[in-house]
Amino acid sequence: MTATVTKAVPDPARDRVGKPPPARRRGDGLVAWVFLAPYLVLFTVFVLAPIVLGLWISLHSWDFTLPNKPFVGLDNYTALFDPGSVSFDPFWNSMQATGIFTLFSVPLLIVVPLAVAMVMNQRFRGRNVFRAIYFAPYVLGVAVVGVMWRFLLDRNIGAVNSYLGALGLPDDIAWLSSVPPAWVALVGVTVWWTLGFNAVIYIAGLQDIPRELYEAATMDGAGWWAQFRNVTLPSLRPVTMFVTLITIISSANMFGQSFLMTNGAPARETQTAIFYIAETGLQNFQMGQAAAMSWILTLALMVLSVVVFAIFRLRGSLESS
Amino acid sequence: MRSAVRALRYGLLVVLTALFVSPLLFMLVTSFKTSQQAVETPPTWWPDPFTLQAYDRILQAADTPVLRWFLNSMLAAAANALLVVATSALAAYALARLEFRGKRIVFALIISTLFVPPVILVIPNYEIVGRLYWLDTLLAIIVPTAAGAFGVFFLRQFFAQLPRELEESAYLDGANRWQIFFRIVLPLSKPALATLALLSFLTNWNDFLWPVYVLFSPENQTLQAGLSTLQSANSVRYDLLMAGAVVASVPVLLLYLVAQRFVIEGVSRSGLKG
Repeated sequence: MTATVTKAVPDPARDRVGKPPPARRRGDGLVAWVFLAPYLVLFTVFVLAPIVLGLWISLHSWDFTLPNKPFVGLDNYTALFDPGSVSFDPFWNSMQATGIFTLFSVPLLIVVPLAVAMVMNQRFRGRNVFRAIYFAPYVLGVAVVGVMWRFLLDRNIGAVNSYLGALGLPDDIAWLSSVPPAWVALVGVTVWWTLGFNAVIYIAGLQDIPRELYEAATMDGAGWWAQFRNVTLPSLRPVTMFVTLITIISSANMFGQSFLMTNGAPARETQTAIFYIAETGLQNFQMGQAAAMSWILTLALMVLSVVVFAIFRLRGSLESS
Repeated sequence: MRSAVRALRYGLLVVLTALFVSPLLFMLVTSFKTSQQAVETPPTWWPDPFTLQAYDRILQAADTPVLRWFLNSMLAAAANALLVVATSALAAYALARLEFRGKRIVFALIISTLFVPPVILVIPNYEIVGRLYWLDTLLAIIVPTAAGAFGVFFLRQFFAQLPRELEESAYLDGANRWQIFFRIVLPLSKPALATLALLSFLTNWNDFLWPVYVLFSPENQTLQAGLSTLQSANSVRYDLLMAGAVVASVPVLLLYLVAQRFVIEGVSRSGLKG
């Protein structure tokens, strides 16, 4: 089909030998849509349609196992803001858990990987080996990481408490079943797991900073700290913004660590929003309610992203003025 | 002074490296221990006796078909990578090189979903996958995640950088769009295609929330989802859990070892151009 289409097209390039071919060729239209079709089918069915369907589901009392799904308007949303409803406490508790986790993990995952990247960006023997090692946990996936750290952090037989004891520190910490230790564990393991990912992005950013900027700064007598503040940080702003945004999004979607390591314990304190959404929608099949929750979480995330974006823009304009 | 800085740096690197390697090493060591020895304190760094009973047990037991999980994960991740690369490459070429009406709208639509939090898709996609009768099948793991915008974005950036002259001269020789795409663009793009395939494979291999809820039968699970089943069923058998974790880690670690540069460069490139 496509062959005939292309052949039917007069070939303008041939008629004007020597001239640059025109940017727009007639006949690309249909071919282009054939190229796009397979992806667009997937994209429509599993991305675009779900976005609309999710909104639709959230307006219904939607149970996967029930045949009739009555329209309830905004009831699923208002219920989430009504302190008397069953889902009010667990939902906002889970939002709070996500908030706490994001609040502590994001700054660490911006600063620590930057420090690691700065060290890794210097020339020294074995640099690539170290870089590969710090990235490795990310490759393992959350299931391996979660199962492994649950073992290491076990209150009674875990290696972590055992080594803390050997150092003369408290060796009876309930890392997985009491707060705040559970937060330390969840944030710490997440930093351990994903530090390499952010560091790699920073390293690429650092390598893109022109050497001349540092040379000029050195000529001006700028020390290490002055160079870092006046050359490195401003040059890295787009990269840092990207790292900040993806880290916020992935922190706000935290699920596996909490599911595998603490299972939400103690009580529901470390049950994150997406954990509660999945439990409500995919385990108890209250999908309308769960869809409404995901929209609230998404809106919260969007607001946060816009704020981050604005802060970076503002800082950028302040620095350049 | 200089050597002091160097010593400090290496000291720091060694400590950090120990922090990264020792948990993994301990996982490996524990998987060769007996179940009693696995929970002994203080922890020992050498299995005595050295035993394969944990592996024997998880590979034999009917409720934890680890080998089957492994094959499921392999199959799903490979199929997903193939699907992503094939569909994204075609679409990305159209968006990078072809002129057609509505191109900007299509591109903007795809790119804008890069920033849609995945949580919004979980509930409705469960419904859609259910309607397609894909629940509890590997299709649920393979297909929906292939619709992401990243692959199209990533390859479009790459195709846009290829020199146009090669395509133009082939065009003058009478090649059509398909021939140009398959004979010129794709061969030139092998590194980018391989990078995307690898990143997709790893993402799919490590996916967790979705398989946990979408796959129910023990024999249909992926390794990651299976590990959580293994954990809830054997919460005190740490030898078994660590053996399962080792089985889930070794293939990806090997893949990573071989293709480490592609993985790391792919991630850093995706970050810079994001």
